[in-house]
Amino acid sequence: MAATTLLDIKGVQTYYGNIRALNGVDVTVKQGEIVALIGANGAGKSTLMMTIFGAPRARAGTITFAGTDITQMPTHEIARMRIAQSPEGRRIFPRMTVMENLQMGASLDNLKHYDEDVEKVFTLFPRLKERITQRGGTLSGGEQQMLSIGRALMARPKLLLLDEPSLGLAPLIVKQIFDAIRELNRTQGLTVFLVEQNAFGALKLATRGYVMVNGNVTMSGTGKELLANPEVRAAYLEGGHH
Amino acid sequence: MNANPVQKAASGMNDAILQVDHLSMKFGGLVAIGDLSFAAKRGEITALIGPNGAGKTTVFNCITGFYKPSEGMITLNRNDGSTFLLERLPNHEIPARAKVARTFQNIRLFSGMTLLENLLVAQHNKLMKASGYTVLGLFGFSGYRKASAESVELAKHWLEKADLVDRADDPAGDLPYGAQRRLEIARAMCTGPELLCLDEPAAGLNPKESAALNELLIDIKNTSGASILLIEHDMSVVMQISDHVVVLEYGRKISDGSPQSVRTDPRVIAAYLGVDDEEVEAVLTEVGDEDVIEQLDTGPDAAHGPGTSSSYLAGPVTDTVGHSSGERVTVAKGASKAGQVDARSLAAANKAASQAAVPPAKAKPAPKATSKAATGTAAKSTASAKPAAKTGEISNRLAAPRGGKADNLTRIKGIGTVNEKKLNDHGIFHFDQIGAWKKADVEAAEAYLAFDGRIAREEWVKQARLLGQGRDTEFSRRVDAGKVATSHASAKTAKAASGKTASKTAAKPVAGKRGGGK
Ligand SMILES: Nc1ncnc2c1ncn2[C@@H]1O[C@H](COP(=O)(O)OP(=O)(O)OP(=O)(O)O)[C@@H](O)[C@H]1O
Ligand SMILES: [Mg+2]
Repeated sequence: MAATTLLDIKGVQTYYGNIRALNGVDVTVKQGEIVALIGANGAGKSTLMMTIFGAPRARAGTITFAGTDITQMPTHEIARMRIAQSPEGRRIFPRMTVMENLQMGASLDNLKHYDEDVEKVFTLFPRLKERITQRGGTLSGGEQQMLSIGRALMARPKLLLLDEPSLGLAPLIVKQIFDAIRELNRTQGLTVFLVEQNAFGALKLATRGYVMVNGNVTMSGTGKELLANPEVRAAYLEGGHH
Repeated sequence: MNANPVQKAASGMNDAILQVDHLSMKFGGLVAIGDLSFAAKRGEITALIGPNGAGKTTVFNCITGFYKPSEGMITLNRNDGSTFLLERLPNHEIPARAKVARTFQNIRLFSGMTLLENLLVAQHNKLMKASGYTVLGLFGFSGYRKASAESVELAKHWLEKADLVDRADDPAGDLPYGAQRRLEIARAMCTGPELLCLDEPAAGLNPKESAALNELLIDIKNTSGASILLIEHDMSVVMQISDHVVVLEYGRKISDGSPQSVRTDPRVIAAYLGVDDEEVEAVLTEVGDEDVIEQLDTGPDAAHGPGTSSSYLAGPVTDTVGHSSGERVTVAKGASKAGQVDARSLAAANKAASQAAVPPAKAKPAPKATSKAATGTAAKSTASAKPAAKTGEISNRLAAPRGGKADNLTRIKGIGTVNEKKLNDHGIFHFDQIGAWKKADVEAAEAYLAFDGRIAREEWVKQARLLGQGRDTEFSRRVDAGKVATSHASAKTAKAASGKTASKTAAKPVAGKRGGGK
């Protein structure tokens, strides 16, 4: 785990209009890690994910990826650095077919792996294979989520950003996705930064985790440290069945 | 409980608020819903669950008139005794006349309007046409000040129920996600529905927010006179608040009953649930305990869930046919996981029946009864634990492990402590036993374990042969190193292990902990 830092977020502030959504956030993701970001809805987790991609852009602080400062880089160039994301809200192309959506995800310099990668996505999500020619917009909610994640995997990313990968998926599929992330990380060294409401699943999966509250990182530690932390448990793991 | 609501309704007594009869919905050649019948009882929360793409949202779209069903009947029996055939009602009349309201899988609020405005708009039926939303957004809604005192009262009532009254004048878009979900429900309730259809209201909520949602839904059920039809993937919601659960797979009903009966139905486990979701609670209550925490950050959880990542990396794709937007039918035989469980159960039940151990199966037995019978036989054979090789059972069972020492079967990728115990219960203790399995044995074992295709997919037999020869697999090495949470490393079987790990791993009573906890 003494690996090099792949993603380094330092003092990042992001605004929506005049409202500051991130108040100087520091997060690092090292090569080969799975890092989870947890926190309540509205804490700024998705904003951080989107800020990495430059939309919205950080107004202060720096974001460095593999040694390159990407803070001001145009979004399409950031994507070309082999950072892939499955954003919140499943932003697939609604008028394109499942296959075309996956093609959009494949990185251009990697087309020799294309068939192999498509097969891998279909093995992870057999459901998508059953829907190859269907338009993205008519897929069920969970099928769209699968497509969004599948498309991100097609890029063979160095860093995979996942914003709530478990959202809207059947329990069985959630387990499969978490297993697949773990396996990709283990066998191919894929580095993953994910946001999850399913804090239990995410922390169980993660090498390290961060807790975000109101646009600030308030806690960090290994996945197991955070899982065992009474504050984290009370705030994010327990439903409070009263 | 035992009476079938549909039949009851037919005999004149309507305790079903909603009856769906032989509903089918096709998109081109794709059968999104196939001959589906179920009923939702008045005053109850009925959950509609199932895999992604099973047709749940499509059922809602048929109920609310967004789609015209290809076939079938949807009857709504209002509380005042009037009855509506929803598939014949123009869709804009469904909310007002049949008193059906819904929320959507993606939040659809007017994010620029205040909470109160959102709830007032909802009460103006003429503005509620789905297509009107955008137009309304364009010219804005300012007339709410003229809204009747009555509408404002109703809006406030539901804001209070949804615990949102403090934010009545904030724009809806500023609310945290969980609160937006509750606002949507409040908005739907402002239309005075008798049937409230909720599409994944708990999606994206954390456990606290889910708990708040549960309370709101229970409150609605107890105090408003509305019955609830709920689509949800969050089992902590479904199992806690539903009175009745209907499970779909590939547009067909595979299970229908109480939450308890559904969660233990092998078909539902195979098609949808995977493992017992008690795992989370069990681990959480124990977290704080060093050993358990240790388990949490170790390797892949290969023993849990039929679809493991190994299938992602290497395994075959299921036997399905591609869908081409127009004509071809999509679902190949064998795609249904529930169907596979049924087929096995049926075979097992028939075999059992032929041995006169169980009453003979009917010519065309109800799937439920069949699977119960099968479970029954399995349980029986466990109890007797005889080495007998009955048909439908694994052929090479043993009464006891040879030399009193069982192999550590969790060294096989895909077998965790739970499955190991089940295998032991069925007289399987050694690698060479599994290594010698034929197709029939694999099928028999899968019937016990209620996971289809998994043994082949994970190559248990091949792994077992290697391990039986004293060789290692990549996975067994990790087990021996104590790196797999759901396996146990035992010194007994470490003969094949690389040695260095045996003492280290023996110190970690992972299996004992898990086993003891159950
Ligand atoms: N307009 C359409 N054209 C073609 N296929 C469609 C259309 N609408 C839905 N489908 C397909 O019908 C099936 C059922 O979709 P539906 O949205 O009802 O699933 P669901 O059970 O709600 O799934 P999820 O849990 O993922 O939301 C899916 O496979 C979907 O791709
Ligand atoms: Mg749906």
